[in-house]
Amino acid sequence: MTKKIEVILREEKFQDVKDALRKIGIIGMNVVEVRGHGRQGGITLEGRAGTYQVDMLPRYQLNIVLSDHNVERTIETICAAAKTGNPGDGIIFVYPVDDVIRIRTGERGAQALHYKGDIDDRRASGNGHTAAATAKV
Amino acid sequence: MENLSAGDTAWVLTATALVLVMTPALAFFYGGMVRKKNALSTLNLSFIIMALLSIQWVLYGFTLAFGPNIGGFIGGLDYLGFAGVGAEPNGDYAATIPFLLFATFQMMFAVITPALITGSFVERVRFLPFLVFTVLWATLVYDPVAHWVWAVGGFLRNMGALDFAGGTVVHITAGFSALAFAMVIGARRGFGKAAMEPHNIPYTVLGAGLLWMGWFGFNAGSALGANPAAVNALVTTNTAAAASALIWMILSWRDGKPSVLGIVTGAVVGLVAITPGAGYVTPIGAIAIGAIAAPISYYAIRLRQKRNLDESLDVWACHGMGGLWGAIATGLFATTAVNAAGFDGLFYGNPQQLVTQVVAAAITIVFAFGLTFIITKALDATLRLRVSQNAEEVGLDLSEHGERAYT
Repeated sequence: MTKKIEVILREEKFQDVKDALRKIGIIGMNVVEVRGHGRQGGITLEGRAGTYQVDMLPRYQLNIVLSDHNVERTIETICAAAKTGNPGDGIIFVYPVDDVIRIRTGERGAQALHYKGDIDDRRASGNGHTAAATAKV
Repeated sequence: MENLSAGDTAWVLTATALVLVMTPALAFFYGGMVRKKNALSTLNLSFIIMALLSIQWVLYGFTLAFGPNIGGFIGGLDYLGFAGVGAEPNGDYAATIPFLLFATFQMMFAVITPALITGSFVERVRFLPFLVFTVLWATLVYDPVAHWVWAVGGFLRNMGALDFAGGTVVHITAGFSALAFAMVIGARRGFGKAAMEPHNIPYTVLGAGLLWMGWFGFNAGSALGANPAAVNALVTTNTAAAASALIWMILSWRDGKPSVLGIVTGAVVGLVAITPGAGYVTPIGAIAIGAIAAPISYYAIRLRQKRNLDESLDVWACHGMGGLWGAIATGLFATTAVNAAGFDGLFYGNPQQLVTQVVAAAITIVFAFGLTFIITKALDATLRLRVSQNAEEVGLDLSEHGERAYT
């Protein structure tokens, strides 16, 4: 089974999250700039004379598609890296994915998600994190 | 022609160029403060006036303002189409530079003044009625007031009112006309409900910086020669801008954080306030004028916000109230020790000057506000000042100009 996780996170935490995911072997991802708000509501900005409220705040939306058994570890990694403890840290949505097709090769399903040295390769090779595997990507 | 001074001519030529640049600088100052769907429209409201008013001024604006006086109120048509305005200096205004240069230096003031008003009706004005308004306003408001204050025989000049570089002629007229225009055109859709965030504050900082530089031409150029009065005006101009920016920073800091938009606004307000007194006050006087200008405009903005009036970019608070304070301050701080051609103010033993300044400012306020109200009401009834609801929502860049600022 394949899942998609959609992560709304602070722009300034994106690099940390990307690095942490790379470290556990989550390689494929894409990112979209979004605006919005959750429970936080908004923030106050300085105007010419006095302040004003802004309620659509800039965030990144990180999209990752991965196998079921990798979801929990990925979520834990993201939460650890993205958390500041202040309102506005973001949110994660998990969706089922019907199928995955890699356009170049026509591979489908879990096969289409495989990268050399990714999280599953590492599990197979005793969780080894080799410099070579990282460099390949 | 033997009176022509190469030095004076060179300086006023340079100052003319400096004042011209203030209009595109203003375009960026305003352009940064609107939403991005109205960026080009806002830049253009200022830019097109360089074209429009340059022609108006050559054809008949200059002669209405500086033609031979008729009854204290308006200039005669002797200089229609710049006729008779040439290399020969006119001793009434500037004895050492060509009269044509004086007329062209003044042209740049006629250009920037209506451009100042545009800040009040951005993001919702129809382009065609705006063009008509600009020509009518220049003809019916600016040209007469310039005549009253600056022309030989003008009744406010005869009264003894001091206005070195246009605190009354430029800033009071523009600021109070902006108030009238905003009241007639009404608020932008969603005003007070949704945040209308400035889309590019760096543009505004750039514009304010260029305005600060251009103001050296505006004020020091108004000495109409390379002379000590010009030097004094340049120093007081710089000093007042500095004092006002610093005080604005403190006011903003007290209410939260020191806003950059606030600091650059403070600088512009200081420049406005020193304009009428630049050639008549000391550098210490300029510090006081700039420092007091900041809270006046700052709290005028607060008042405007509290009244829920969408005078969008605070032309009234910054130019109207800053200019009014400048006119009053000139009546306080002016001293003949700085400029023998001026008068002493209250602090130098002449309370009458303060009264004169206040009366001249009051007459200008009533005239500019009242006439602009009538002009805009008439234009709204005939040509409709506002774009449609849909056009406003889409933004004026697309709806009025068929262009996008950013792709």
